[in-house]
Amino acid sequence: MIAEAGLAALWLAAAMALFQLALGALALGRGRQSLGSAMVPVTLVQAALVSIAMACLIAVFARSDMSVLLVASSSNPAMPMLYKVAGSWGNHEGSMLLWVTILGIAGATIALFESKLRADTKLATLAAQGAIALGFYAFLLFSSNPFARLTDMVEPQGLNPLLQDPGLAFHPPTLYAGYVGMSAAFSFAVGALVTRNVGSDFAGAMRPWILGAWIFLTVGITAGSYWAYYTLGWGGWWFWDPVENASLMPWLAATALLHSVTVLATRDGLRAWTVMLAVLAFSMSMVGTFLVRSGILTSVHSFAVDPRRGIFILALLAIYIGGALALFAARIGTVTEGNRFDMVSREAALVVNNLILTVILVVVMAGTLYPLILEATTGAKISVGAPYFNSVAGPLALILLVLLAAGPLLRWRADLPKLVVERMAPALFAGAAALLLLAIFGGRIGVLPLLGLVVAALVAVASLAPLWKRNLKRTPLFTYGMVLAHLGCAVSIAGMACDAAFTRENMVSMAANDTREVGPFAVTLLGVRERPGPNYQALEAVLSVSRNGGAPFPMMPQLHQFSDPQMTTNEAAIDTFIDGQLYLTLGEDSDGTHFLLRMWWKPFITLIWIGGALIAAGGGLSLLGRVRRDVWNNRWPWQKAGGRKADPAPEGAA
Amino acid sequence: MTRKLILWLPFALIALLFLAFFAGLMRPDDHVIASQMVGKPLPEFVAGPAMPGQPGAATADFSDGKPRLLNVFASWCVPCVQEIPMLLRLRAKGAEIDGIAIHDSSAELEKFLAANGNPYTRIGLDEGGKAQMAFGSAGVPETFVVDGTGKILYQHIGVVTEEDMPKLLAMLGVKP
Repeated sequence: MIAEAGLAALWLAAAMALFQLALGALALGRGRQSLGSAMVPVTLVQAALVSIAMACLIAVFARSDMSVLLVASSSNPAMPMLYKVAGSWGNHEGSMLLWVTILGIAGATIALFESKLRADTKLATLAAQGAIALGFYAFLLFSSNPFARLTDMVEPQGLNPLLQDPGLAFHPPTLYAGYVGMSAAFSFAVGALVTRNVGSDFAGAMRPWILGAWIFLTVGITAGSYWAYYTLGWGGWWFWDPVENASLMPWLAATALLHSVTVLATRDGLRAWTVMLAVLAFSMSMVGTFLVRSGILTSVHSFAVDPRRGIFILALLAIYIGGALALFAARIGTVTEGNRFDMVSREAALVVNNLILTVILVVVMAGTLYPLILEATTGAKISVGAPYFNSVAGPLALILLVLLAAGPLLRWRADLPKLVVERMAPALFAGAAALLLLAIFGGRIGVLPLLGLVVAALVAVASLAPLWKRNLKRTPLFTYGMVLAHLGCAVSIAGMACDAAFTRENMVSMAANDTREVGPFAVTLLGVRERPGPNYQALEAVLSVSRNGGAPFPMMPQLHQFSDPQMTTNEAAIDTFIDGQLYLTLGEDSDGTHFLLRMWWKPFITLIWIGGALIAAGGGLSLLGRVRRDVWNNRWPWQKAGGRKADPAPEGAA
Repeated sequence: MTRKLILWLPFALIALLFLAFFAGLMRPDDHVIASQMVGKPLPEFVAGPAMPGQPGAATADFSDGKPRLLNVFASWCVPCVQEIPMLLRLRAKGAEIDGIAIHDSSAELEKFLAANGNPYTRIGLDEGGKAQMAFGSAGVPETFVVDGTGKILYQHIGVVTEEDMPKLLAMLGVKP
């Protein structure tokens, strides 16, 4: 019964999405202005209906209703409640429903709270949201119905052991929130193009959505990186795997968009480029999802999916992205050029920032797609590895960071190079000091890590400089957000460079009572024992570790042997110190007495993720500052009768 | 006009990309990875002697007219232990086998060979794994068949098992 109710709600929600699209087309295309007033209620009803559908799906999972195909094939009545609920989006159909649910709620939020935007642009934006949702409803209803009942016996599959982790319960919702935020930005861009209203009010309306989406993507990438680090047992934090790249590409586009939208909102410049980036950021989110979900790229993470579904998603993407780009090409010529600026100005720095981010995006995309293109044309199978990405994207990222140090210290519109250098002086001094210290005490370090550390010192000081000589109480919250996020970049880069420069590795075969060294640590193998786990057999090494001859402490890496599905996973023993992490993994035994141990001493590696958290927190502060200012400026706009209707301001008048 | 064309450029690029995706979807992944090394000459390498009294291996040793096997292994590799009896049987039938030990030491190798047997004519020590990289070998054990002129005929990934024996012997020109 619950499942049928859910399906009915889903059909009705799809009808509402179609209604949204029709309302938009009639009101804007046929001049039936009065129809526009129905848009907000219809959007709200769509959001309510799709939320009901999602709630029904969670309910059938929570009750372990085994007559529903999806529950029977991907859930287990014995699982704890958290995994049962998370299981509702831990599969293809459920995750798509979660996607449209978040999309529907985002549409409702725009309908209720967006008041700065011209009325017709808001109408077109909501119609675009309806069009996106409609495609996904069609996909759910025609090829991935989550509420289908069980007709044949299905073989229940155990969840992949690597994925049985509480973090995975929150990973998909985080990423989807990010992608949906990008879809809102996309809808705003389409709305602005349709109504020829590419200006600062549109940028101001779009900005909180970009910021929110960007925070979610940052959190998703940072958490994903740490998860891969502690769970895979390879001691690495980024592998340039297609799935990782699929999450990095929208982040790069969103970062560029975040900065260009600032220029549009503050100075009314970069109009066409910002619209282009909004389309690009959403395209990258969708292409990323498509690459991961269609199984088109061979990756450790990809799972086999019905190719018909792949074609369906591809067709949807072609309509949305192709349509938006065609609209862009046809309409952007009529958008007047925004305000101009000097070569030395904050706008110019942000343009270069955007260019470098876009080039990095192209580099990552080329590396990710090259194997696909090569196979399609010559049939050869290759994979592109870390050396390509590191050597091409690394130097670009360092240039970007130097720019990041200078950008916030530049004035809008025009600035004097001499004054910029003056403001940069403390940062340049910090960079020089870091270089000197590393030359004396650093030992032999590669060029890229060395530059990374120098740039990190420079950026760390420069990122704080915008607060220099300012009244800290009157400094707006979003300035603090920027400072924190930029500082986070410095911290993260410092962690990456330290990992590359100072990591000590030792791969050894040890018998009981052997002692081997890694960095400042002496590791003694006391013994290896078997420990039964709930659904695996564990081999556990008991190690006694001492740092520089200090008091010994125990560390116990494990090797888990799962039987169903058959798989061996490493459970690394990781000890965190103030100056780094000791990372030990146990391998298979070679003869019953000798055991393979891999040991890493990774100085300051935790800075990578601390930096990521700081970046996300900076985004959070900035969002809070923007939203608070908006709310302050027009308190509770929806309570004013009718809000601001058609704003007569002509285009480009700002 | 040029500006107009430039504005359509993103559209054209994404259309091309989607065409490639469509082609990729139409060609389902068969998960078979053919070796890139087959048919190519054995890459240049020199791996010094690993064991006292047994020569090391180098590219030059593989063009003396006699086809031979090149086995990439290591004393720390568990499946390699399983593979040694197969290699010993191949040798007994007249196959020439040279070994390259990856990330290894003479002391560990000595123990390994004493315990499991020594099927190798030559054993080269590839401490940094450079020779392995040159062969396009990603792990241990792997076995290459090299014809008498120094050309790679076949790359076998993983342990050599009973079923692989006839194929390997045929390629070496040895009667089973």
